[in-house]
Amino acid sequence: MRRGSTGLTLVSGLAMLFLYGPILVLVLYSFNAAHLSMAWRGTTLKWYAALWHDEALLAATVNSLLIAVISTIGATLLGGLMALGMERMPLRRQQLIEGGLVLPLVIPEVMMGVALMLLFVMVKMPLGLTTVMLGHIVFNIPLVTIMIRARLRKLDPALREAAADLGADSWQVFRHVTLPLLRPAIWGAVLVAFTVSLDDFLVTFFTAGPGATTLPLKVYSMIKSGVTPEINALSALLLVISMACVAVSLHLQRREV
Amino acid sequence: MPSHDLSSPPKPGQSSCRSCWLAAPGLLWMGLFFLAPLALVFAISFASRGTYGGIVWEFTAANYLDLWHPLYGRILGQSLWYASLTTAICFSLGFPLAYMIARSPARWQPVLLLLVMLPFWTNFLVRTYAWMIVLRQDGLVNGLLLALGIVDAPLELLYTPTAVVIGLVYGYLPFMVLPLYVAVERLDPLLVEAAWDLYASRWAVFTQVVVPLTMPGIVGGCVLVFIPSIGSFITPDLLGGARSMMIGNLIQHEYLVVRDWPLGSAVSFVLMAIVMAAVVLYYRHAARTPGPLEGR
Repeated sequence: MRRGSTGLTLVSGLAMLFLYGPILVLVLYSFNAAHLSMAWRGTTLKWYAALWHDEALLAATVNSLLIAVISTIGATLLGGLMALGMERMPLRRQQLIEGGLVLPLVIPEVMMGVALMLLFVMVKMPLGLTTVMLGHIVFNIPLVTIMIRARLRKLDPALREAAADLGADSWQVFRHVTLPLLRPAIWGAVLVAFTVSLDDFLVTFFTAGPGATTLPLKVYSMIKSGVTPEINALSALLLVISMACVAVSLHLQRREV
Repeated sequence: MPSHDLSSPPKPGQSSCRSCWLAAPGLLWMGLFFLAPLALVFAISFASRGTYGGIVWEFTAANYLDLWHPLYGRILGQSLWYASLTTAICFSLGFPLAYMIARSPARWQPVLLLLVMLPFWTNFLVRTYAWMIVLRQDGLVNGLLLALGIVDAPLELLYTPTAVVIGLVYGYLPFMVLPLYVAVERLDPLLVEAAWDLYASRWAVFTQVVVPLTMPGIVGGCVLVFIPSIGSFITPDLLGGARSMMIGNLIQHEYLVVRDWPLGSAVSFVLMAIVMAAVVLYYRHAARTPGPLEGR
């Protein structure tokens, strides 16, 4: 459409500025030598250096990684099995489960957080790393199931039929036909589950005990107290890491097609 | 199909199915750690609060009646208002953006979509914090306004409803662009050309041709923005002040600060009812585009 295209370009340009402006400002200010003011006092890397010596931050990072690894393994196993198990159910039941799996994705995270906290308090389970992992598995199962199911649906039925006709038993068919075909989807699901767990703030906020500070919880408390510019450096670092992760996952996906 | 079960391709509807049991552990997990907690919240919303914050199991609807109190009513009302405003702004920004992307050369489209989605894949706290820096009293926006002589004294931007809405728009704009892009991409440009040729005004082309034909995308985008906006906690918590609280903050406040769990539970269920209404709207009227919900 030629007519009105300058207006469109202008609005779109503004939208891009809106999307990337704040991120750029944040990265830029992480190199600002000034301690508290926004005035520019020259470039420095000292806030990045300070991050390396922050022991609490290191501990939070270790917690986050631990939670992400374990909850990803748990969710991938449970979600993957669920996707396989659902394949043969009556259609009605499949739709029912699928609808139910959307629920954890749409209900407000605050609500999921308080509900889990209530459960743990009621059964007198002390809040800590374990409760956080249990919670992270809950929101990751639907993601994994949906992603692996999408791939299962696209598989050519003839491949599994052929293997069975050639005398493979059900385990052999799974091990040598289904699993290799599902591998890209499984790795994709692992990547998504890992990232979502690493990024999660709200469910963690309600289910973590005093000793179970994760990276997002640490970032939150640093933002809230707002006393050191270290938070700028940490934020910039996290931004760069997530963007790199996205780049890697897109690259992987492209290779698989 | 007696013995090998996973081997043959799926035929749904088999009466006795061994492999169906594979779904059991996952379903059990979701029942135990998702449905049971929700049921617990529902039950507690009808209980009453003990003197020291505990729960007294006496059936009462008082918690829901308490929500009519002007204080809570105001928070509910302004949450709906902020979420609606966010949806409207996302639409007015997202539509031109989606239109431009859908009408740009085919090989540019994935790149442009990626540019819109990229900030979304970074940590939400960090993205919200970036706006705190921009909107601060000595931040970028005030610096620009002062330098250009538009204002004499720095404006109070951070910790206001405006900041909350900006943060929400920033957080959820990609949810609007994606479904709109799909809808506009499917729209036949010839229909728009025909409207121009028949001397339709720009406004008429938009309201009588483009909007009706992209309606599923519009409804989809609006619902996908509204749902996370109405339930947001981080944005109003970091960018808003005491007077721009939203439902999510009220829930957290009732649970962790006041320790009135029954009231907090009642508020949670009101929020859930609003979200469910939006979900129903989505499944009835929106073209389901894969993506935003699945790949959050």
